[in-house]
Amino acid sequence: MADLSVNIGNLKLSNPVMTASGTFGYGKEFEDFVDLEKIGGIIVKGTTLHRREGNPYPRMAETPMGMLNAVGLQNKGVDYFIDKIYPQIKDIRTNMIVNVSGSAIEDYVQTAERINALEAIPAIELNISCPNVKQGGMAFGVTAKGASEVVKAVREVYKKTLIVKLSPNVTDITEIARAVEASGADSVSLINTLLGMAIDAEKRRPVLSTVTGGMSGAAVKPIALRMVWQVSKAVNIPVIGLGGIMNWKDAVEFLLAGASAIQIGTANFIDPTITVKVADGINDYLDRHGFTSVKDIIGGLIV
Amino acid sequence: MKKYMLDLVVSQNTRLHANYVLIKMTHANPLPEMVPGQFAEIRIDGSNTTFLRRPISINFVDKEANEVWFLVQLVGDGTRKLATVKEGDVVNVVLPLGNGYTLPQEPATVKPLLVGGGVGTAPMLMLGSTLAKMGCKPTFLLGARSSKDLLQLEEFEKLGEVYTTTEDGSMGEKGYVTQHSVLKAQKFDMIYTCGPKPMMMAVAKYAKENGIECEVSLENTMACGVGACLCCVENTDEGHLCVCKDGPVFNIKKLLWQI
Repeated sequence: MADLSVNIGNLKLSNPVMTASGTFGYGKEFEDFVDLEKIGGIIVKGTTLHRREGNPYPRMAETPMGMLNAVGLQNKGVDYFIDKIYPQIKDIRTNMIVNVSGSAIEDYVQTAERINALEAIPAIELNISCPNVKQGGMAFGVTAKGASEVVKAVREVYKKTLIVKLSPNVTDITEIARAVEASGADSVSLINTLLGMAIDAEKRRPVLSTVTGGMSGAAVKPIALRMVWQVSKAVNIPVIGLGGIMNWKDAVEFLLAGASAIQIGTANFIDPTITVKVADGINDYLDRHGFTSVKDIIGGLIV
Repeated sequence: MKKYMLDLVVSQNTRLHANYVLIKMTHANPLPEMVPGQFAEIRIDGSNTTFLRRPISINFVDKEANEVWFLVQLVGDGTRKLATVKEGDVVNVVLPLGNGYTLPQEPATVKPLLVGGGVGTAPMLMLGSTLAKMGCKPTFLLGARSSKDLLQLEEFEKLGEVYTTTEDGSMGEKGYVTQHSVLKAQKFDMIYTCGPKPMMMAVAKYAKENGIECEVSLENTMACGVGACLCCVENTDEGHLCVCKDGPVFNIKKLLWQI
């Protein structure tokens, strides 16, 4: 049995497997299938300052080895989270992490500030790939300046581990990663979904109500792996890798590419027990190769 | 109800017609409790266009044989692939998912109508059987394009009165279920329905106009099946709710359908 523990800032994970926001609900949805405490960290649904109904149906399209979604951050707002959800999840003995989204800097700041007060939430993941209404539809996460502004503002009020989730829909993801690091982030997670589109030829209409949506699943893995590799060389803070991880082998590839931890997203829809299987698989891999700690393979790609 | 991911073994796969198969699956241990109207998410391997599980409604549970039945219409790559399973094949299934139909409190005094359209007749078999066991005699109104799309009629006939409509008039009354004469001839206290959305909307409209309680079963495109991804939402009086977790069965009063 190898040592699977890793650190992300001050955050200690019993193993490098986390769940990606928006794919695992608040954890409770999966408790029939898996022992939640065996997962290194659970990143719960994107939470915003105010309630959001999200986009109209249809919000999902299956694509070859993947899917598109256009959920649009449906959630009941941070106050509902604190009053109704937090009491249900605060005693789950793993890292319960809240993904924080917004459409204006003040929204991010206020949401982060309220979550900072929750004892059982040791970290937040800042989602900076949402449309910024104030800048006419641009996203914070697609410019170094925008990313830097929001991270700086949140850093001032948020004292625990701050993870920033990066968008892959940019020319140079390493530039954004460096800006985020310089602004005080403890870690970056990547990749969020890739902008994609699906068309129903028979109906001559888009499948999604929003025309375009975020692509995830096995098909995006090579892109995610490449970006994790590039970013891990560009920054000194720990990188959390995600994008198309379907099994332990995919997870090991991300660790070798430089990720200190990984997140499982779409694969939860296909196998609700996949998180624990991946953690076990990483352990078996380490044993088989004679490594005593998972830290020994992080960034261990031989090139 | 506790949900399980199980490797079920195919005990029988019968082609009912060119476009439908009835797949029966069993397990070494007793199958979990399931109620009428719930569904399963079935994993289909082997093709890059069947990445996600397929939600399939539970057609019937044969407790004695420890079998769960799935009535599958061959629609796309996933269901076509699923239809090829053979006796002895192992299929990974997550079940039971969602909430079932509301069963009557005083079954002996209620006269329910079960309306199924096309493959939407599937959950009506388990519902009808459950109602009959409770001492509540179900009446079935089943509609399809033509006689060959009316499935499992012999099973329904064991449980109660069966009325049919076909669009081409090849069986029963010609037309849609909402045009059937039984709706004028008899009075019902409760309507349960499952089928194509336009049909369910017509049924819901009839129920609303006649002051009859009505529950519909929705089949919005979904991914996770457990209320995590929020893809399959329906507009309700509480905002967007997940068909997979908060449904698939909804009382029509909850929905914002323009009927």
